[in-house]
Amino acid sequence: MSSTVRWKFITILAVFIVFGAVGVYPIAAQRYHLPAPGWLMDKQLKLGLDLKGGVHLVLRVQTDDALKSETQTEMERLREELTNRKIPFTNVALVSPTQFRVEGIPPDQDAAFRAAATETITNYDRGSSATGSYPFTMKPNIAVNLRDESVIQARQTIERRVNELGVAEPSIAQQGANGDQIMVQLPGVSDVDRAKSIIQSTGRLELKIVEQGPSPTRESLLVNGQVPNGMELVPGSSGSAGDSGTSWYMLRAAAAVTGRDLRTARPSLDENNQPAVSFSLNSDGGRRFGKVTGENIGRQLAIVLDGRVQSAPRIDGRINNDGRIYGSFTQQEAADLALILRSGSLQAGLTYLEEQVIGPTLGADSIRSGVVASMIGLLSIVVFMLVYYKLSGVNAVVALVANLVILLGLMAYIGAVMTLPGIAGFVLTMGIGVDSNVLIFERIKEELEAQRGVRASINAGFGRVFWTLVDTHIAALISVAFLFQFGTGPIRGFAVTLFYGLMSNLFTSIFVSKTLFELVLGNRAQPQTATLSI
Amino acid sequence: MHIFKHTNFDFLKWRVHAIVLSWVIIIAGAFVFFTRGIPLGIEFAGGTSVIEKFEQPVSIQQVRQAIDKGFPGGGSEAVINSFGDPARNQVMIRVPTVGAESGTALTTTANQVENALRQANLGNFSRVGTQIVGPAVGQELRGKALLATVFSLIGILAYLAFRFQFSFGVGAVVATIHDLLITLAFLAFFRYDLTLNVIAAILTITGFSTNDTIVIFDRIRENLRSMRRDSMLHVINVSINQTLGRTVITSGTAFLTALALFLFGGEVLHGFAFTMIVGIITGTYSSVFIAAAIVSFWRGDAPTRAASHAPATATPAAPAQQQVQRKKTTKKARAS
Repeated sequence: MSSTVRWKFITILAVFIVFGAVGVYPIAAQRYHLPAPGWLMDKQLKLGLDLKGGVHLVLRVQTDDALKSETQTEMERLREELTNRKIPFTNVALVSPTQFRVEGIPPDQDAAFRAAATETITNYDRGSSATGSYPFTMKPNIAVNLRDESVIQARQTIERRVNELGVAEPSIAQQGANGDQIMVQLPGVSDVDRAKSIIQSTGRLELKIVEQGPSPTRESLLVNGQVPNGMELVPGSSGSAGDSGTSWYMLRAAAAVTGRDLRTARPSLDENNQPAVSFSLNSDGGRRFGKVTGENIGRQLAIVLDGRVQSAPRIDGRINNDGRIYGSFTQQEAADLALILRSGSLQAGLTYLEEQVIGPTLGADSIRSGVVASMIGLLSIVVFMLVYYKLSGVNAVVALVANLVILLGLMAYIGAVMTLPGIAGFVLTMGIGVDSNVLIFERIKEELEAQRGVRASINAGFGRVFWTLVDTHIAALISVAFLFQFGTGPIRGFAVTLFYGLMSNLFTSIFVSKTLFELVLGNRAQPQTATLSI
Repeated sequence: MHIFKHTNFDFLKWRVHAIVLSWVIIIAGAFVFFTRGIPLGIEFAGGTSVIEKFEQPVSIQQVRQAIDKGFPGGGSEAVINSFGDPARNQVMIRVPTVGAESGTALTTTANQVENALRQANLGNFSRVGTQIVGPAVGQELRGKALLATVFSLIGILAYLAFRFQFSFGVGAVVATIHDLLITLAFLAFFRYDLTLNVIAAILTITGFSTNDTIVIFDRIRENLRSMRRDSMLHVINVSINQTLGRTVITSGTAFLTALALFLFGGEVLHGFAFTMIVGIITGTYSSVFIAAAIVSFWRGDAPTRAASHAPATATPAAPAQQQVQRKKTTKKARAS
């Protein structure tokens, strides 16, 4: 064995051992309970949701919600400012999530209004109008930022909630053309409805002082047929036990504290030993809460969750830091609510676009048939190559196995997830990958027929085919690149498999196969064609 | 062992017949497409699909009757098949509606399906799988798959125009488009759902088809340098014959793996494997009869001397042999 061939052989062996250890050994170790270090098992090829079973959800973030709440806040600020400066107006109203309108500014107050608006509202473009009414439209870059922020905030909130749920290896990612979709994969979760409602719950907690109510109808709370300035009407449960009807409360629109002021929340029991949720406020929230409760002893405090009054207890004294939410909760509901409050509220609502649940038996069926089909496919290639190319077929089979091991190792190393189409792509990569060996062998045969020497034929075969292989592989890589660029989810995974398959195929068909031939020929000066057995 | 030894088939004699045959299949496919449409998988069409496992065997007929009777709006648009191993008593029911997009109401339709089954007294059953896709998701996916295909075709055209000649690039790309159309036609004939997996298979076929074409083109390029006095038609024919063994073997091994996936891969891979099988056959056929034929039409019967300015294929491994080989073939060509 010449020293170059020896080094090539050692390189191949090293590659084989390293990739085998990462890609193949953990699978065998798990199956047959062999010893393996933990860090190696962590690198093991992961199974996709379609094989392991679990829940796949796609949600859309209603980014309009975030814009609307921002516009509303700004509108209220301007209203307050105008009242303070005693600038009269007839109406202030929301037109769209990004626009509000001020109407009825008297002509002589026009300049004062403009000055007030310019000082107060900076993120909105003021339109002009002759009749004393002004539209304010959110600046486009502000709107884009707000939308992005609300999606990121939603993703982070969902991440916290999913982690609190204790799901192993969840996967949460932004996707969609507008980037406003969030994909959530929860392997092994079977209680879909609970997971869904926890993820989706807005979790917006507000504590507000009750002005009037509860009242059985909305109309009875109106003053002159209108909601008084700075007030709002909110539905809720009547508060008396056994009554499931809706009643209405008139609340001060400005919240005393909100969910943002929470330090923590935990499930607890109320004085009747019914499940409830206790919360503590942070120091800033606690100060404000103490002030408001101190000023309003004897009145009711409404606990509003997601726009609905949960309960409205009477304020018996100044409350600083702690509070309790009670209603008719089950223990599970109380625990889930505490989880949602802890993980923070969502600025924007979520809607479900897509849901997929794969039961564990379905996943097991898929694995079984996928593996059986792959084995049969690979075996048929091996048999064919051995029959057709005889001893050289062994060379091709070794290259095929090396390709398989390297690809498995690479996939495990980058933490790729094996899905059923992924397995299919894997096997096809092998099936098409033999092509490189076939091309080389057929070329060697041609060269041998042209009565060239064995060694020369092999060199010519590999040499000529090299550029063909480069061309075919680059063309394939072009397709793979665009597949990756435009693909989502499973298609992307498929593209990754193909990419690594092409790379390792180039290595095994050219480097590994050629070294094997060189090994077989050894140092013989005049090898016979029979040695090649092609 | 040789499958083909020194064949000398006149493939290009059949190029017109082949193109006519392809057009017939594509037009028939288009006819089916415009009359009956192509069935879209749930990820593209949207809808609700549930897989129920029954404790006792039930017939598809019974399930259909139950859905007709108990599902709001009837079961005329429902697709019902058995799923997986028949011994498992699994039935897949797919309806085109989805519960409201807001709230947890997404599952409303799935529950309506189960209620219909419960009313029909088909014995106990449990849900082993659900897939619900709102209408907004599908459109985006379709657009992206199309973009990926178009861009990769442009990329391949550019690469082949750079490495070979423009006519070769056009030949390869037309052959690939041909394969896509034929595959879609067969999907329409055999009523397989167009799913994400099938799209992945179709995109793999574009790769396979160009791969096959490039191998033949590569040989044509090589022969162009040694057979300067021969007509393009002859050079192409010789090149196809020289690579015939390899073409058949490669397609054969790829076909075997796809066949194994089709026969043993289970329900989920059926459409994927079917698409691959059709694609492998048409991909092989098109690299001979479409890609090479287009180059032959483009370049005509004229001797190739003038046009042989293709970039040189460097073969650093054996430059000396190449010299020898070139002289030899030229001699042979003269002699014949």
